[in-house]
Amino acid sequence: MEISVFHGIWTAALLVIFIGIVIWAWSGKRKPDFDKAARIPFDDEPGPSDGGIKRNQND
Amino acid sequence: MAEAQTYNYRVVRQFAVMTIVWGIVGMLVGVFIAAQLAWPALNFDVPWLTFSRLRPLHTNAVIFAFGGSALFASSYYVVQRTCQVRLISDQLAAFTFWGWQAVIVLAAITLPLGITTTKEYAELEWPIDLLIAVVWVVYAVVFLGTIVKRRVKHIYVANWFFAAFIVTVAVLHVVNSAALPVSLWKSYSVYAGVQDAMVQWWYGHNAVGFFLTAGFLGMMYYFVPKQANRPIYSYRLSVVHFWALIFTYIWAGPHHLHYTALPDWAQSLGMVMSIILLAPSWGGMINGIMTLSGAWEKLRTDPVLRFLIVSVSFYGMSTFEGPMMSIKTVNALSHYTDWTIGHVHSGALGWVALISFGTMYYLIPRLFGRELYSLRLVELHFWIATIGIVLYITAMWVSGIMQGLMWRAVNLDGTLTYSFVESVQAMHPFYIIRFLGGLLFLVGAVVMAYNMWKTVAGAKTVDAVIPAPAH
Repeated sequence: MEISVFHGIWTAALLVIFIGIVIWAWSGKRKPDFDKAARIPFDDEPGPSDGGIKRNQND
Repeated sequence: MAEAQTYNYRVVRQFAVMTIVWGIVGMLVGVFIAAQLAWPALNFDVPWLTFSRLRPLHTNAVIFAFGGSALFASSYYVVQRTCQVRLISDQLAAFTFWGWQAVIVLAAITLPLGITTTKEYAELEWPIDLLIAVVWVVYAVVFLGTIVKRRVKHIYVANWFFAAFIVTVAVLHVVNSAALPVSLWKSYSVYAGVQDAMVQWWYGHNAVGFFLTAGFLGMMYYFVPKQANRPIYSYRLSVVHFWALIFTYIWAGPHHLHYTALPDWAQSLGMVMSIILLAPSWGGMINGIMTLSGAWEKLRTDPVLRFLIVSVSFYGMSTFEGPMMSIKTVNALSHYTDWTIGHVHSGALGWVALISFGTMYYLIPRLFGRELYSLRLVELHFWIATIGIVLYITAMWVSGIMQGLMWRAVNLDGTLTYSFVESVQAMHPFYIIRFLGGLLFLVGAVVMAYNMWKTVAGAKTVDAVIPAPAH
């Protein structure tokens, strides 16, 4: 296989992988996990952290 | 074993303090060379004070000493806090601090002596390059090793950005610095001709993309939510933002080589990928700014948050300007003019420096267990810095576009309308305005240093306790 053909296939594969990532990230199933992940910066702080509790994420 | 129950704040403190020190040094050199451009006599006919030697000193100091220290400090802080674990090795972390300071000192000695590879943003000669490579590998070991032993299952998005920055910079540095030494302080690149140019700007643009963007986006994804006390606007957008940026940035380098010996198709590819890059850049900007959605009033009362949010706005502005300037017909006007310098500084002062200032205002009081000495001084710093940036970049826009137009102007018979020196003369007032803008920015940094000094003077250092693994 010529190197340029390989590069073409590789580039197309990367594009497919990226589209896969977008679909994965936007699937509804991920939402609870992502909401939990978004709170990680607040999880190790002692005391009350109201960050985002009142937040109504609609994305 | 009380020691093991705390985070390693020592190395974070060291890098945070040096961020401020190197920031002032680097910006001072910048203001001085800006003054030299306005008043050339200021080189005093001393070789090591000439613009040609001090300019790489300025860029290395602000990017790698100031920006680098801010990145080390924030990445070590964030990875510990979001993984709820101490750095894997205090000794290796200390090695990265002292090793990085040694690199900076060596740069500050060799560059004024005229020792340089002449590769932009990679001027340091091969012995220093080797030291950088060792320090960087140890940095990667400490950072990634800490992620490996994390106590939180999910790797928070800020760490993804920091990890990409560390890994990519290692690859860029090793590949671009490959050289044949001919003596202790002289080497030649292993690449030749246009390949050398392409490798250099593959490195150069990805130094922007990964050192000055991905790393500082890591800061954004932690410190904006923390200071606003709200989680990031959209976590799924942050995942897509990360991968889109990683997949796209690496292709954009050729836009530095428009209308050169680089094959035309490579130039066009670089242009197209640079324009595509607008999408992930703005996705990230929107994610950062919209974190404040519904809590905009915080911007009125919290100057630290204002630093962070305005920096993200400048990020959006310069990542719009960049793709525009990568269009070949626009680049034909803008390249080699001051417009490029204005663009770089809207990113460097507006984005990189402002988010670093905001991060230091957040970090340093916490590292020393104190409240900020004066919020009014933070407010003052914010306005001085912002006015300085606006003066700087508007002066360079006007000067740059004027230069480009004067250089391309031709008479009816095809001869050039202006001699080069006429364009130099026309730039003079803008060079003075630029100097004033830079001076204001430096004064702002000095105000910050004073505020920080009053904040930490006499304070005992603090090492926060890692919460018990109850949850």
